[in-house]
Amino acid sequence: MALDRKIAYINLTTGDVEVKPIPLDVRKKYIGGRGLDAYLLLNHSKKGCDPLGPANPLIVSGGILTATCASATARTHIMAKSPLTGLLGSANMGGFFAPEMAWAGFHHLVIKGKAKTPVYLFIKNGTIEIRDAQDIWGKTTTDTQWAIQEELNDQEVKSLVIGPAGENLVVFANVMTGIKNAGGRTGMGAVMGSKNLKAIACRGTMDIKIAHPVEALEYNKRFIDQITSAKVNKTQGTLGTPMIWGATNSWGGVRTRNFQYNQCEYADDIEPENIDEICEETMGPYHMAGCFGCQVHCRAQYRIPSGPLKGTYDEGPEYTSQGAFGGEPDTPRAETVLVGNHLVDQYGMDNLEVGSLISWAMELYEKGIITSKDTDGLDLRFGNDEALLEMVERICYRKGKVADTLAMGGIPASKIFGKNSFDYLIQVKGMSNLHSDERATPALALNVATSSRGSDHLRSRPAIDLYHLPEKVLHKIYGNPVAYKGKLSSEHTEYIGKAWQVFWQENCYMGVDCLGICKYHTTFLGATLPNFEDWPKVLYYNTGLEFTPKELWDISERCNMLERLFNIREGLTRDDLEKGDMLNHRYFDEPCLRGAPDVVGMMINKKKFVKMIDEFYEHKGLDKNGNPKPETLKRLEIQNEPSHML
Amino acid sequence: METKDKVLMINPEKCTGCRLCELVCAVKHDGFSNPARSRIRVMKWEMDGVYIPMACQQCQDAPCMGVCPANAISRNDELNIIEVDYDKCIGCRSCVAVCPFGAMGFNSIDRKVFKCDLCDGDPQCVRFCEVQAIEYVDADDVAVLKKQTAAAKLHATSGKVALKTA
Repeated sequence: MALDRKIAYINLTTGDVEVKPIPLDVRKKYIGGRGLDAYLLLNHSKKGCDPLGPANPLIVSGGILTATCASATARTHIMAKSPLTGLLGSANMGGFFAPEMAWAGFHHLVIKGKAKTPVYLFIKNGTIEIRDAQDIWGKTTTDTQWAIQEELNDQEVKSLVIGPAGENLVVFANVMTGIKNAGGRTGMGAVMGSKNLKAIACRGTMDIKIAHPVEALEYNKRFIDQITSAKVNKTQGTLGTPMIWGATNSWGGVRTRNFQYNQCEYADDIEPENIDEICEETMGPYHMAGCFGCQVHCRAQYRIPSGPLKGTYDEGPEYTSQGAFGGEPDTPRAETVLVGNHLVDQYGMDNLEVGSLISWAMELYEKGIITSKDTDGLDLRFGNDEALLEMVERICYRKGKVADTLAMGGIPASKIFGKNSFDYLIQVKGMSNLHSDERATPALALNVATSSRGSDHLRSRPAIDLYHLPEKVLHKIYGNPVAYKGKLSSEHTEYIGKAWQVFWQENCYMGVDCLGICKYHTTFLGATLPNFEDWPKVLYYNTGLEFTPKELWDISERCNMLERLFNIREGLTRDDLEKGDMLNHRYFDEPCLRGAPDVVGMMINKKKFVKMIDEFYEHKGLDKNGNPKPETLKRLEIQNEPSHML
Repeated sequence: METKDKVLMINPEKCTGCRLCELVCAVKHDGFSNPARSRIRVMKWEMDGVYIPMACQQCQDAPCMGVCPANAISRNDELNIIEVDYDKCIGCRSCVAVCPFGAMGFNSIDRKVFKCDLCDGDPQCVRFCEVQAIEYVDADDVAVLKKQTAAAKLHATSGKVALKTA
């Protein structure tokens, strides 16, 4: 049964391992995955703990449906206090790691302490072994995985690893599995590095009993048909996430030259169709890969077509890498994007943070806030491909003043660079924004400002807001499983009802993250995809647990509030530009200069934006300052958290 | 359903490596999710992005059938499958050792050998594979389909318009 998967507490300082079952009442309250991770983080960390200290718990999990007969249950979730933001650290990735961990008997790992010398964990069929990793320390993310497979003499071993960036405590180092699946955000790789933990390797052959196998199989077929019939997923399965590049960029939604423009000119070279064409000779006509059990198969495969790394195999680039190594630094050339993407994959760094921070440094360089003396002679101008790629390597190995400073994260770096460098830093809660430009889309701007892990597009983004769906349709989607009586607007430039949409999406994404399902299988890019109404059946057929859609909504709301409680404990206040729910002033002061006629001249109206945050807080049951009202905590049954039950 | 002489046709080039076939195979036959129970397995070379599904070929002159000392393995001509009679099987695993494709498995939980039975004519791996890397076709057609693909490739080298293939 999925329900008999265990939780393991591992202390790397003492070498102690304790294994506990997950009680049914905990499951019913937090389900699993990210939701239960939030409970564990709040309960196992102390206020103000050092993110890179031994007391910071690193939590790794699969969802309750991981490796069951449900669609695309490949996601691994990683949580800890973030060394990048000092607030909630939380990252989610695809691949094959979480299913292997579930077959090895575990759903959650809570790792504390620090090993004296580099180690890795080997988890196999209920046993956990701490093994020496001194020989693999220093290796890239993929070399680490192959070395572990070789050492254990087992090709089926799946590992979650860090690269050199995590070892070097770059605060936005990620954890990775496979070629390019990245638990990218909030610096979870640095937390692993600080514990001298190079990898977690899993191998499992333990049965997961399906509660109602015949029904689960048939329902899964229907679920998959619903997912693959959505045109957005069909396109995704051919082009990957870069499918949205062209439309977003031509419309004026790609921030360029840090935040100076909202459109990258002459960017056809990095369109996925073009990348396919230049890679076709080596990749052949079929070049898409899928994560475990997923029929969307959105991971493109490529070989670098030219230059010193010619022939090197990798996967992607995702939309994020197009922005990080094409749009923001204004270097829209295929080879640059493919190489940049490859470097961050190998080093184990968040592509988004790397691209954003380098572009910020480029703006500072052009404005004279940092000089060629600081960059050791590197001409850090926008559009300089070589300087961009050089900086990626320098950041990973912390070479030179500017790169070493950037490796500390944007806010600490701004204090070192001084002058008004902070004003140019496009971040929320200390984490860089995606390269999307939200000045014409208040709903998306609200999402970025209020996301629990700092600026982010995967926590509450109502992406379908851009589709101009009829209000009737919007009410059908956003009016379930909880009725919404207010107005909703089909217009993406409007402020009406957007707070509810963001609130609804926040719960929806928490839901899939608890189940362990990928977001492309819910109301994210496709308006017709499954959500609260559909999940009870999948849960029942696979685990035997019965929930109503409303109960799942309540659980999502509860888990989101736990994340909020953690952030408040660690210093979140409403309007704080460093730790609050607030955007950089440029959103309110600098109008969009490029793009479609309805985008040019747009910026966020601060008064309306503040009102939107008020509304959002009201939906969440927070007071005007963003703190939960006592009755909200009582309603969500978390008034006694942290309760230290598990 | 007319199943006589239908076979699995696997095209590794199309495989995305998702292993859904392994999942549904194990659930369909045993009610458990566990790739160790799957009759079909995707062999992966992740460093090169190469994925190759491997399953029983239901050989005409099946080595597993020949090596079985208990005569527990026989050909079912009705379904065009090689099947194991568990009343006769002594669990010696000679069939596992001799199969050139690794298609005969041994399940260490139930202590039994196991192999593909084409789901009695409705193979679930085929049903769930959206990219059609696994298809269930007439044995006669396999070569024709392959000829078609190869011919289209040859044609493409002439620089003329690309042809649609099955």
